[in-house]
Amino acid sequence: MTAALEVTNLHVNIGENRILKGINLRVNQGEIHALMGPNGSGKSTLAYSLAGHPAYEPTAGQATFDGHDLLEMEADERSRAGLFLAFQYPVAVPGVTVAKFLRQAVNSRRQAINPEDAGMPIPEFRRLLREKMDILGIDQKFAGRYLNEGFSGGEKKRAEILQMAMLEPKIAIMDETDSGLDIDALRIVAEGAVRLHEMNHMGVLVITHYQRILNYVQPDRVHIMLDGRIVESGGAELALHLEENGYDWLREKYGAAEAV
Amino acid sequence: MAELPTFTRDAVLQLSASFNEPQWMRDFRLAAWEIYAALPVPTTQDEAWRRTDIRRLKLDALGPSLNGNARTGPPIPDYLGAQLTEEAPGGVLVEANGVVTQYEVSDALRAQGVIFCDMHTAVREHGDLVRKHFMTHAVRPDEGKFAALHAAFWRGGVFLYVPRNVVAAAPLHSALWATGGRTFTHTLVVLDTNSEATFMDEYASPPGEGQAFHNGAIELIVGDGASLRYASLQDFGPNVWQFNHECGRVGRDGKLDWITSVMGTRLTKAFQTAELDAPGGWARMSGLFFTNGRQHVDLDTQQNHNAPDTTSDLLYKGALKDHSRTVWQGMIKALPDSQRIDGFQANRNLMLDKTARADSIPGLEIQADDVRCTHASTVGKLDEEEVFYLMSRGIPRAEAIRMVIQGFFDPVMQRIPFEGVRTRIFDRILEKVG
Repeated sequence: MTAALEVTNLHVNIGENRILKGINLRVNQGEIHALMGPNGSGKSTLAYSLAGHPAYEPTAGQATFDGHDLLEMEADERSRAGLFLAFQYPVAVPGVTVAKFLRQAVNSRRQAINPEDAGMPIPEFRRLLREKMDILGIDQKFAGRYLNEGFSGGEKKRAEILQMAMLEPKIAIMDETDSGLDIDALRIVAEGAVRLHEMNHMGVLVITHYQRILNYVQPDRVHIMLDGRIVESGGAELALHLEENGYDWLREKYGAAEAV
Repeated sequence: MAELPTFTRDAVLQLSASFNEPQWMRDFRLAAWEIYAALPVPTTQDEAWRRTDIRRLKLDALGPSLNGNARTGPPIPDYLGAQLTEEAPGGVLVEANGVVTQYEVSDALRAQGVIFCDMHTAVREHGDLVRKHFMTHAVRPDEGKFAALHAAFWRGGVFLYVPRNVVAAAPLHSALWATGGRTFTHTLVVLDTNSEATFMDEYASPPGEGQAFHNGAIELIVGDGASLRYASLQDFGPNVWQFNHECGRVGRDGKLDWITSVMGTRLTKAFQTAELDAPGGWARMSGLFFTNGRQHVDLDTQQNHNAPDTTSDLLYKGALKDHSRTVWQGMIKALPDSQRIDGFQANRNLMLDKTARADSIPGLEIQADDVRCTHASTVGKLDEEEVFYLMSRGIPRAEAIRMVIQGFFDPVMQRIPFEGVRTRIFDRILEKVG
């Protein structure tokens, strides 16, 4: 059975502010969806909410993942269930190396299944990490650096994809993974995601402003968010239409206030 | 011998007599007693004690160290004196309440002329060496009430001497186990010209009832061209009030690599000073502390550049839980002729609870003009965004917090060249994180 991420009438507040006002979305494992929309429409809020960020408070609606009630799960449980968020702004964790972090992430999965598990043997882990780094064109020295600290924009995004490759999620949300990348870095990052999609049947929700990444990660469905709601859904051609016409026609059609 | 009741001149004489001390040491103690008697107990009106209130210290009820049976109280835990350096130690000295319980020195060290023994033996057998350095030019009895008290009533501790041009064949290791509630140990390390040594110095006591007292001194004399790697690991029980005076003196082209770990005590007030006395002198001070419960730790550090072309580098990092409080007050001083010095000090604090409090007070007193002196001090909360990021990769919250804390300490851990020490400190930190 394939996993699905299913969001029904989801409302989310940040503090007093209502950001999501009834999101409906279903992403099946193996599918690629794109989520587009102007700044401030709530795309990143949806991503963080699904990943379980404590500052985002669901006030109504449901979200399930692979049959689990996502909203009842802690962020780490959601990850171990197979949901992955590639952060738009990956967080630096000083003093913790990429290798140490990834080993802990891998071992946390094993230990959740078997509390007695002693963790992946170090040689096996190193081999796995080296293999994934080679595929993504990441220098081996990277493993010894402190996580995201002093990383360039491109390095951060590559590190996100490296984590995705190591953890092999069922469904990944990529939150503006294309922002701040030059064309070569974008291709490497996008191909990394596509490979996981093809090999592991990974489902993808690509959050983006641009058609560019969708040339590599070709969506089955495209959704457009405006003011906390998904207002249009369609095929790949919808993204092309947006690229040419912008969002004004949507604002007119749905009478949304100018995004702040 | 009966328990010595309180701090009196007679008690000084009794203590000295019990060790058959030479005249000079008895006179030294008596002179210190006069200083002690003349000095008032410090209050928060005194600048150095502004943030550490000791009105609840019952000094008169405490008195000097028992001349008691070292085997009273819980047994010495296995970890004390256990190997911390990669190379097995060549000298091990374990004391319980100032009484030696384990003592061994390798033939190789003896053949080199290295002296490693308890402090009382040193006074008797190496009087000239000890007399020259014992509280004469590093820590001095007139530095304060507690320095004077220590000078009058010191008991137990360790003496290390490495002769000229000798690289000590193996690391040295001493450990103090305190169950008697009153300890006054003295550590004196003297490295002669161009010598080298590594020394691990541990302090611990079991959790105990009532107020316990440790009044210690640490003197590290690093001669010209000599190099000392010294780690003091303090893990006293939560009933101990600790008052320490610690000083390293570094000669021409000498090197002092000084590691301090403060995990235990109810209250610690320590003065730690590096004196760089001649060109080419180098001192690195690396400190770690983790406080919880109602612990109060106040570390007063000084990096004194008494000569040109000297280098000092201090990094102290602390994490705080519960209602604990820490104070770090640091000072870099440079005399008018101390040109081309390089002084650095940084103190960083990680607050794990809102109820904890850290004061971080850097200071510079630079009278030379061609210098490089920098300082940094931060007090920050546990970053929930870091914790969330780690959790978003499947790492449970408790483990994520441990990783962030470990990451916080990593830069200072990197300065500790002994894996055993790093592991010991980090395991203790994890225990305290809970």
